Amino acid sequence: MKHTPLSAVHEKMGARMVEFAGFAMPVQYTGIIEEHTAVRTKAGLFDLFHMGEFWLTGPDALKNVQKVVTQDAEALSDRQIAYTPMCRPDGSIVDDLLVYRWNAEKFLLVVNASNMKKDFDWIKSQLSGTYEFEDHSDRTGLIAIQGPNAQEILQKLTRQNLKAIKYYWFTTGKVNGVEMIISRTGYTGEDGFELYFPAEKSEMMWQALLEAGKDHGLVPVGLGARDTLRLEARLMLYGNDISDQTTPIEANLDWTVKFAKGPFNGSEVLKKQKEAGTTKTLVGFEMGKGPAPRHGYAIFSQGKNVGEVTSGTMSPTLQKNIGLGYVPPTLKAIDSTFEVEIRGKMYPAKVIPTPFYTRKKDK
Amino acid sequence: MVPSNCKYTKDHEWARLEGEKVVVGVTDFAAKQLGDIVFVDIPQLGTKVEAGKTMGVIESVKTVSDMYAPVSGKVVARNEAIEGDPALVNQDPFGKGWIAEIELANPAEFDRLMTPKEYEEHVATSGH
Repeated sequence: MKHTPLSAVHEKMGARMVEFAGFAMPVQYTGIIEEHTAVRTKAGLFDLFHMGEFWLTGPDALKNVQKVVTQDAEALSDRQIAYTPMCRPDGSIVDDLLVYRWNAEKFLLVVNASNMKKDFDWIKSQLSGTYEFEDHSDRTGLIAIQGPNAQEILQKLTRQNLKAIKYYWFTTGKVNGVEMIISRTGYTGEDGFELYFPAEKSEMMWQALLEAGKDHGLVPVGLGARDTLRLEARLMLYGNDISDQTTPIEANLDWTVKFAKGPFNGSEVLKKQKEAGTTKTLVGFEMGKGPAPRHGYAIFSQGKNVGEVTSGTMSPTLQKNIGLGYVPPTLKAIDSTFEVEIRGKMYPAKVIPTPFYTRKKDK
Repeated sequence: MVPSNCKYTKDHEWARLEGEKVVVGVTDFAAKQLGDIVFVDIPQLGTKVEAGKTMGVIESVKTVSDMYAPVSGKVVARNEAIEGDPALVNQDPFGKGWIAEIELANPAEFDRLMTPKEYEEHVATSGH
């Protein structure tokens, strides 16, 4: 098992550790619900060293990015970020990632830890022309600070005007004396920042952020709450909600698929799906009191197995059972009902609008 | 926390003899390992349970775990309070967080459960 530069720190702080994508990671410190609530109401700190950071540079960088992802990197301004799926020619999803545009010749791609090698090999196999493609995952530290107090806490450690960084934009500058990428992004549905810096500064940054946030309710947060936070905000988890078996159109990620930019990997198949419709579609649903829906549970309608739950949990914010799952398009309308099979019994579920949780903007 | 008036299973259930009946629940150690408990599937009244076999399910935010019957017998009471407030199992696993009451079919089964001292040693060797 690999260790993040902070694994020992998490352990010392009393976190329960698990193996995730080959790394020793904290699943919780004090409790998932407590950590979840801290992020929704105050602030939480996440060690995300395990994520993959790839750099694609050179004269043909833009052309190559345009080919591998579904978003339009040409439409991005310099210092803007896009969330995007990356597809194969058959439309299936290799991974979802963030594309950071420095300029037309310099991009940072941030990919899921569990797909790092697959992604690197895939992207490499797709590149052409004049470019450089490098994996900097091992030397890049990544810490996220998320929650309504995130900006106030981070501002104590930097002279950069954080207010001026818009959602899904980034800047570079010093935080606590360390030069880094300051990105207004996250995986929680709250306002917040993700900070990329040299890995050896991880412990110093972690301690400095905790210290800066100690009077603002900042707590360290594990993978358990990261999952419940992202699910409430309907943010996709690769391997659950999207996978090698699904396309962005099926996952209702149409907004990330930019046909107008010209051909790209998967564009033909995705266009057909967009026009003719798909056989399955990802919906959000709620269930009554009782067992929670979970990844892999079967969805039934009129006695037939018609789909599958991809993610589910008791929502700490909404205090009810929520889930995502693939169903036939006939069941996609809000208020449609179906059953989820849990340990041999059927429990009713109802399609509801997503995201399940949306933060109030501008407090 | 291992109360001296209970006996225990290796799967971290407790059982407390009250006359002919046995009150059962999960230990403080189990509750801590599970984390925030959000649902407990308690067997219905009259259900016959068998020692060492699944008698219910406990769900935390992150996991689904079977609960095993410490003894064989018939379920004669259920703690309905934890259906409304499953967090009671975290807060007070040996008290308000009890799960069910079983009418003992075979008293020898109860005697064979771990003593508090044996259970303490078991927990100590469970890696925590």
